[in-house]
Amino acid sequence: MQSVESFVVISLIKSVIAVFVLLTAVAYSVWLERKVVGHIQNRWGPTRVGPFGLLQPLADGIKFLFKEDITPPHVYKTLYIAAPMLSVIFALTSISVIPIGNWVTIAGVHTPLQITDVNIALLIILGVTSMGVYGVALAGWSSNSKYSLLGGLRASAQMVSYEISLGLSLIGVLIMAGSFSLRDIVDSQSGVFWGFIPRWNIFHGQTVAFFVYLMSAFAETNRMPFDLPEAETELVAGYHTEYSAMKFAMFFMAEYANMITVACLATLLFLGGWHGPIWGPAWMQAILPVFWFLAKVFCFLFLYIWIRGTLPRFRYDQLMAFAWKFLFPLAVANLVITGLVVALRS
Amino acid sequence: MIPISYYLVLSGILFGCGVVGFLIKRNIISIFMSIELMLNGVNLSFVAFAAQWHALSGQVFVFFVMVVAAAEAAVGLAIIIAVYRNRETLNVDQVNLLKL
Amino acid sequence: MLHLALFSIFGAICVAGAVNLLVQRHPINSALSLIAVMASLAVEYLLLGAEFVAAVQVIIYAGAIMVLFVFVIMLLNAGEEERTTGSRVAILFGIPGVLLGGVLVAWTLIQRSGTDEVALGALPGSPTTIGWLLFHDFLLPFEVTSLLILIAIMGAVVLAGKPEAETRQAGKGH
Repeated sequence: MQSVESFVVISLIKSVIAVFVLLTAVAYSVWLERKVVGHIQNRWGPTRVGPFGLLQPLADGIKFLFKEDITPPHVYKTLYIAAPMLSVIFALTSISVIPIGNWVTIAGVHTPLQITDVNIALLIILGVTSMGVYGVALAGWSSNSKYSLLGGLRASAQMVSYEISLGLSLIGVLIMAGSFSLRDIVDSQSGVFWGFIPRWNIFHGQTVAFFVYLMSAFAETNRMPFDLPEAETELVAGYHTEYSAMKFAMFFMAEYANMITVACLATLLFLGGWHGPIWGPAWMQAILPVFWFLAKVFCFLFLYIWIRGTLPRFRYDQLMAFAWKFLFPLAVANLVITGLVVALRS
Repeated sequence: MIPISYYLVLSGILFGCGVVGFLIKRNIISIFMSIELMLNGVNLSFVAFAAQWHALSGQVFVFFVMVVAAAEAAVGLAIIIAVYRNRETLNVDQVNLLKL
Repeated sequence: MLHLALFSIFGAICVAGAVNLLVQRHPINSALSLIAVMASLAVEYLLLGAEFVAAVQVIIYAGAIMVLFVFVIMLLNAGEEERTTGSRVAILFGIPGVLLGGVLVAWTLIQRSGTDEVALGALPGSPTTIGWLLFHDFLLPFEVTSLLILIAIMGAVVLAGKPEAETRQAGKGH
């Protein structure tokens, strides 16, 4: 049993590494998006800054740092400055309970590859998603302009409506796994059935839940085809109209960090987490699960970007009708059927 | 290990602040928020007593209090919106006549 | 030691948030202080071992009910509140009265519970055990509260929706 001090020190080191890795991943998912959407639209995307445009995020970061940070005179100062910080804080918090691999022993320390292994991890992620609405709502209101207020209200109403189907779609997985801990849910997806189909939840009965989760997650993170609140052709730029330079960059970072969190969660709950073919010597057996996890997260991010480049966006009333009249009953039906099947089997 | 009375005193302070807010505030939404503060104080004492007597039903009751608070907030805010539409004000001192 | 330190920090945040709620004139600042109170209360629940209740506090209370409050404050554009004679009288008599009552209640509680102590994480309330209680011993209250929520939804939609006459007018106007 570890002492409190060693636990705190190890957790601090892991937190620093996780935040650093997450922020780099955010920067490069921006690059990935610009490249992929560019190729879908039959053009190159960033190519000039470094080979294949790989240094473009660095150039963007420098631009955001040196841009003039304008604070319009008519805003509520405290909330205006706090809102993007709130968005980023909540976007980075949910990474703390996401496991990326098995327990490893690095330099004599036996530790799981996540910052902490809580047994209500899924509830914590849902809680942080619920709190993320505040960044958007307060940004829209504190900017004191009609475009921002309408955009902020629409975005928060959208996020709150899709939170319900998001949560309900996850309960089917919970019933099958029997625990809120993400590590236990992944462990319940090990093994194969019929000899070669892996026992991932997406094949093992939660296909409908996977699609409900997919669509709710797109709407939660305000991405195409649900990105009406921040589309340029609609309300100028929605809730971040009055923001410039670093504060706008923070909203941007929060959106992509949310995307990555959702992709990680989908991998853990529906695609079997870090399970995959494992071979080789001991050090490779520790690294391969991480590699499978990252590969699945990358596929999910690619799917996000692919859909963004392909589909047109929903109108706001279509969006809300979709949430309340289609996804919510579908998620409840999935929950009832899963519960019945599990109860009748045991 | 800390005495249970610490938690109960904190819960009492929160409840007292809720009562004071209910008395001195004139904006109807602020009064409603003071009611929510009172409910939160009560929740804390439920959980504290549940821990002291090892009875999980204390925590279950907190769950029910939260559900009732949610239902009450929804209906109460709808009433506030209806009152605002008719009286154009949120100040309780000005909503003191039955006739508009 | 750790228990006392964590309890004091988050207890101080609770009290500061509650006092800030009373002192602030604009409802949005009061709402944000209330959110801070609820978040630190969630940590206090965790200190007593009630993990499910803490998570539900953040998801439902701080993440949904307070969002509703913030929405309504934004929509109705409530301004700062003014001091009236009523509120001055209330401050003059209310605060000492409540202080007196509070001291009385606190003294009684401390007398009664004396030196009973609770440990860190005293009563672990995992979702499994609470779910078992909800669906076996407390099944009737559980079903009744679901009915209550249904009634609240219907009531809120009816009360906050546009009045009948206006929609009929708008329909005729086209």
